[in-house]
Amino acid sequence: MVSVAKVNFDCTINGEKKTISAYPMARLLDVIREDCELTGTKEGCGEGECGACTIMIDGELVNSCLVPALQADGAEIKTIEGVATGEQLHVVQESFVVNNGAQCGICTPGMIMAALKLLEEHPDPSPDDIRHGLAGNLCRCTGYMKIFESVLAACQSMKQEV
Amino acid sequence: MANAAIGRSVPRKEGRSKVTGEIQYIDDLSFPEAIYGTVIRSPVARGKILGVHFEGDFPWDEFIKVTAEDIPGENRQALILNDQPCLAVDRINHREEPVLLIAHPNKHLLIEARKHVRIEVEEETPIYTIEDSDAKKEVIWGEDNILKKYRVEKGNVDDVWASAHKVIEGEYRTGAQEQLYIEPQGMVAKASPEDGVTVWGSLQCPYYIQGSLEVLFGIPADQCRVVYAATGGGFGGKEEYPTVIAGHTALLAWKSGKTVKMIYDRAEDMAVTTKRHPSLTRHKTAIDKDGKLLAMDVEFLLDGGAYATLTSVVLSRGTIHAVGPYLCPNVRVNARALATNLPPHGAFRGFGAPQSCFAIERHMNKVARAAGLTPEEFRNRNFLNKGQRTATGQLIEENVDMQGLLTTALEKSDYHAKKARFAKENVGQRIKKGIGFATFFHGAGFTGSGEKHLASTLGMEADRNGRIRVLAASTEIGQGANTVFSQVAADTLKISYDAIDIEKPDTEKVPNSGPTVASRTSMIVGNLVAVAAKQLLAKLREAQLLGDEYTPDQFNSACDQYIEKHGELKVISEYSQPPGINWDEENYQGDAYGTYAWAAYVAEVEVDTLTYVTEVKDFVAVQEIGKVLHPIMAAGQIEGGVAQGVGFAVYEKVVWRDGVMINNQMTNYIMPTASDVPEIRVFFEEEPYAYGAAGAKGIGELPLDGSAPAVINAVEDAMKIDIDFIPMLPEDLFELIESAANNGQGEE
Repeated sequence: MVSVAKVNFDCTINGEKKTISAYPMARLLDVIREDCELTGTKEGCGEGECGACTIMIDGELVNSCLVPALQADGAEIKTIEGVATGEQLHVVQESFVVNNGAQCGICTPGMIMAALKLLEEHPDPSPDDIRHGLAGNLCRCTGYMKIFESVLAACQSMKQEV
Repeated sequence: MANAAIGRSVPRKEGRSKVTGEIQYIDDLSFPEAIYGTVIRSPVARGKILGVHFEGDFPWDEFIKVTAEDIPGENRQALILNDQPCLAVDRINHREEPVLLIAHPNKHLLIEARKHVRIEVEEETPIYTIEDSDAKKEVIWGEDNILKKYRVEKGNVDDVWASAHKVIEGEYRTGAQEQLYIEPQGMVAKASPEDGVTVWGSLQCPYYIQGSLEVLFGIPADQCRVVYAATGGGFGGKEEYPTVIAGHTALLAWKSGKTVKMIYDRAEDMAVTTKRHPSLTRHKTAIDKDGKLLAMDVEFLLDGGAYATLTSVVLSRGTIHAVGPYLCPNVRVNARALATNLPPHGAFRGFGAPQSCFAIERHMNKVARAAGLTPEEFRNRNFLNKGQRTATGQLIEENVDMQGLLTTALEKSDYHAKKARFAKENVGQRIKKGIGFATFFHGAGFTGSGEKHLASTLGMEADRNGRIRVLAASTEIGQGANTVFSQVAADTLKISYDAIDIEKPDTEKVPNSGPTVASRTSMIVGNLVAVAAKQLLAKLREAQLLGDEYTPDQFNSACDQYIEKHGELKVISEYSQPPGINWDEENYQGDAYGTYAWAAYVAEVEVDTLTYVTEVKDFVAVQEIGKVLHPIMAAGQIEGGVAQGVGFAVYEKVVWRDGVMINNQMTNYIMPTASDVPEIRVFFEEEPYAYGAAGAKGIGELPLDGSAPAVINAVEDAMKIDIDFIPMLPEDLFELIESAANNGQGEE
């Protein structure tokens, strides 16, 4: 078998500077879960279909199971662990708890990342915006209704805060 | 007293840990010392094993290898029958059947190496269909391929045919469906002859696994410990299959002396684990000139796959639900589950009822047409009412009002106006709109004497601060078990919801409250929580520490004083069967279920006649489910079930080739996304059930029964064509319309 050496690179994860040592083509998902011990990011399918591994790289949503580790070189990464501020839940997280947007919870971290991006792009989303914005994240428990309601309620709360 | 928690949408107990990503599923738990295990599987569907060859350039001596010879106890999956080995020895009965196990510290090497273990097989002719199995083209199981059969008989159908006004026949099929929990299955095990076996995993039923480990290792139950990890969806898929993975992982741990981790990837999970049983149902129905049912003769057939697993129980539920919530004086149901050389089918939400419900609800539309009545008028003339008897002779004593539920559902969906409008507007349009409904019921809890045999127990203990801990083997799989148990405990004890904790299911710590299946957790186990809470109060009162009225503070102080004196405050509640339930297992007669949930669902669809794509545009779900314990979570259960039912109807097709699922990826097995689901509008009626927790009935499985037939009945309305099978994907509809056009049926 061909032997490949690990490479070192720097990135920021949830606001914290890190030096990562990883095989260049390792999946970023594995680096995050195993090396950084941030297990909130999940693997549902390993082929970019389910969205359970959704994170943000430089503010863009990606399926971390499809991203080679080296691509994170110099990047700013945000995972579900970086969404709350200390003990204070983000409005979107709070809304998922109150409105039962999380049932089994396995899609929830990815879904919340997608919801954050959605609300960033559409501060006042239409039902179609919400459906479209979350279409890359599969949920088998909720039938999505309570997720839509969680997003809408979060949007209302955010408007009131402004 | 604290605010009542029941009936209020309190925050999900473990909700916070789910939105922060803190909660740990099996693949998140840290076992730094673990090595990785995997399964070497059969490359063919049927044959004799001639040998196993370790090929390729791999350090094979570094690998832990387990064959059937390494099993310390009996080589079988202990479930209902003993037909399924843990590891195949001489014979192979389905593709992907486990033959041996290997483990290695390097996961990547393990994944590569497994491809180079060759199982040499002498192939035999497999069978893959219900018809081939029924015709005994090959006898692959027992003497006649029949895994199980039942017969339900009420009156005598054969006396009716000759004199009936009309006799209507139909044949209906449903396909396999993948549970598709988003968390793939996985287990971690430690095992040794000195310490026994411990497994951690993604699972619904800890005590099922314990029972199987006892047999596999030949050691007593108290040496087989099963610990639940947060479980990312189950839907029945983690009822019996985790037992297989637990056994495999534990065998590798036993042989290696190391901690072994086995997490399926998605492709393996979809190819090898159980699915919903494919079905074939034949109906023959007689009506009188007023459109009243005279006789219903049903043949209900399931494809069980290669081993019996839970098939007999799935067949049972499908059989009992086969004639729907209708009154008919003469009924015969002949049910058979047949073996094929497919991987065994198993538990999936609804458990046989969605299959037979699809058939009856399509058939009732057909019979209505023959009677010259609208689907709703025909059903209204035939609904089962209070004081009447079901097919098994069960007297309905609850206040059931199917006609009322249907009327409500039709009103909420604006059914009549839309139906008339679509009929007019569809003419000449590429997009055809349609609206349809299904009416149905679902028996809650285990069938017949099942709950009595389970004899579930549950524990509850208090600490000195008055915090309560519920000890149950029932698992939180997203349905809200933790939350409902906490609500019931809080209200029964008259303390705060926040003062309740739920112990993590662990066979060393919690009694056996039964499996997390059959829509039984809230209704039956929830009631055990209430009983335990009453026992706990009784103890405090007997000790004269608590009066009839008390504040939460007085409760806390009473707990403190009790524990000071007695050391602990702990009770165990036990299931006792409600009075008046009599079930004759031999003749399939009597009270099949303690209670039923009743429902009417309406679906609205648009069918594109250019692409043949069916979109579900609106969905109204009206149901009577006893007391609604948690309005938001109850609605969530229904909505999730409807989405799965929509998938069952028009999205999700398992494609088989040579005995294995070949679209075993999320890329090509399509479940509904956020863009695909209709607006799902949920309405509840409440007729509290005296023996369910705070009046609750079971609801988890109900929505799977009626969603698919409602959707297909709507497609029938849009396209004016009979569709007698699901899944109905665009290519299936295309083929059907082409062949109907050739036969002169259809609209155009």
